Amino acid sequence: MTTSTTKTPREAPGTSTRFPLVLGLDTFGDHEHDAEDRPLSHAQTIRNVVEEGVLAEQVGVDFFGIGEHHTDDFPMPAADVVLAAIAARTKRIHIGSAVTVLSSDDPVRVFQRFSTLNAISSGRAEVILGRGSSIDSFPLFGYDLADYEDLFEEKVNLFAELLKGGPVTWQGSLRPSLKNQDVVPYTEGGPFPAWIGVGGSPQSVVRAAHYGFSLMLAIIGGSPARFRPFSQLFLQALERFGREPLPVGVHSPGHVADTDEKALEEFWPRWLQIITKMSKVRGFAIPTIESFRFEVGPKGALFVGSPDTVAQKVAANLKTLGANRFDLKFGMPGLSPSSLVRNIELYGTKVIPRVRELLAESTAAELSNRLHHDLT
Amino acid sequence: MSGSVIPPSVRRIAILGAGHVGPVIARMLFDAGFEVMIAASGSPETLELITQVVTPGVQARWAADAVAAADTVVLAIPLHRFPALDPGPLAGKLVVDAMNYWAPADGVVPMFQGQQLSSSEIVQRRLSQSTIIKSLNQIAYQDLEDGRRPAGAPDRHAIGVAGDDPEAASVVGGIVDRVGYDPVLLDSLSAGRVLQPGGPVFGAVLTRSEFERAIHTTAVKT
Repeated sequence: MTTSTTKTPREAPGTSTRFPLVLGLDTFGDHEHDAEDRPLSHAQTIRNVVEEGVLAEQVGVDFFGIGEHHTDDFPMPAADVVLAAIAARTKRIHIGSAVTVLSSDDPVRVFQRFSTLNAISSGRAEVILGRGSSIDSFPLFGYDLADYEDLFEEKVNLFAELLKGGPVTWQGSLRPSLKNQDVVPYTEGGPFPAWIGVGGSPQSVVRAAHYGFSLMLAIIGGSPARFRPFSQLFLQALERFGREPLPVGVHSPGHVADTDEKALEEFWPRWLQIITKMSKVRGFAIPTIESFRFEVGPKGALFVGSPDTVAQKVAANLKTLGANRFDLKFGMPGLSPSSLVRNIELYGTKVIPRVRELLAESTAAELSNRLHHDLT
Repeated sequence: MSGSVIPPSVRRIAILGAGHVGPVIARMLFDAGFEVMIAASGSPETLELITQVVTPGVQARWAADAVAAADTVVLAIPLHRFPALDPGPLAGKLVVDAMNYWAPADGVVPMFQGQQLSSSEIVQRRLSQSTIIKSLNQIAYQDLEDGRRPAGAPDRHAIGVAGDDPEAASVVGGIVDRVGYDPVLLDSLSAGRVLQPGGPVFGAVLTRSEFERAIHTTAVKT
């Protein structure tokens, strides 16, 4: 039917048809506990994350991301080192940060580490830059939280310059200036993919478009649908700045188990524990079983359940948000390695094929509707 | 005086701040039928790109123009920018303080640090010619829009409204009601401490009775 007409189907709105669908996994190096609920060492947790990245490739996951954190719950301050270990043992999967807290890092060093990772992995590295909604790196490296915005703005500006390649001349106020400075290693095939992680600020969306970074929507609470205007804003802002369309992704927490009941049972106590702890620092409300039920339901931001439950929700949200990528942030401090391994296996072998199937069905249906509309 | 009566003097509302919270409040006020303007630190041009897509119907303005044209101003800027805000143009205005001071997450702001006063009392001291009401600060921005319910709905949620000026508090209570929440009035900015980060209702989406139970107080009858 698609070839029986001379009319070219109009391009669908949003970005989902322009870029290949990417389905990934993210971890924050969540501190793992053994089957008896005893905490493993930080070192063992890190070694397990390496195995999880290797497993992700084996079961067909497209991307494996590691988010920088600096606490006992998330002992993962050097994500790029762990990513390099995964890169050395894999061939196909893309690897990257999720996110790199650029505000408290040096853009030159971040560029060097990720272009090195890109070299090790033969072009599979990506970087997702964030201001850092986790703020533990600020006191650690002597940054003032009140400078949070300015630090990010300036460092993103420099990072965009570095990505262009070639000697860099740059001036700012929060980091020493650079004058015709060579920054190595050079990348082989042009710049590696760079994204900006955005929470809920439209100004951050415009900034990503301004510098030509892809947009990663970090949706960790409330209705994902409320982010729909952000992907539209991103496309319009890219157009305004004279740039080509760029991918839009979604990052949300969740947990996949064999059944809905098992997934909820494993995830809820760990979620309650960590959010309760974070509420003291971040001002979050402590979740109740009602608020949790909302978040795991069709309108919430947690992707917890059986493979089919999670796949349906992923497909629905990608369509609503006009996004072409979904990264499930799996794990939670206290979950056991076996439950994480099962999560990864189910995500790769069941959730990913099902999401592709659901989106192909809906694209075919839309295409057929459009053609029908065009012909009548 | 009923909480839902808004004097005709409240027609044009200016939102200062276009970060996480400002656009959400702007959208809710526009939906509730107010004329709404929004301003950020820079020119309205980039902001217009945002308003067209994210808050259609809301006008992007220079901050000074928005404040001059408004009878009511909502402060939704990061608190650490507040010390640089010029009090002059806000004189005589009803100002809703939707900001929060939460040093562990946002850094220390000396003007607000180690004070016995609530953050809105400090805002009032600095904006001494304005009438400050603390409100729209305690529900997380990501829950604000989905949390709206029509008047009388059994699961309608509450938003605290604290102020030293009972008439102004009642006006803001009326705005809150029209937006889609039950206003719970607190009779002073000092009492508004319960709405602050770390307080019993901060970050929580509660019905009026749950809210009142949480703060161990009875709302001033409206």
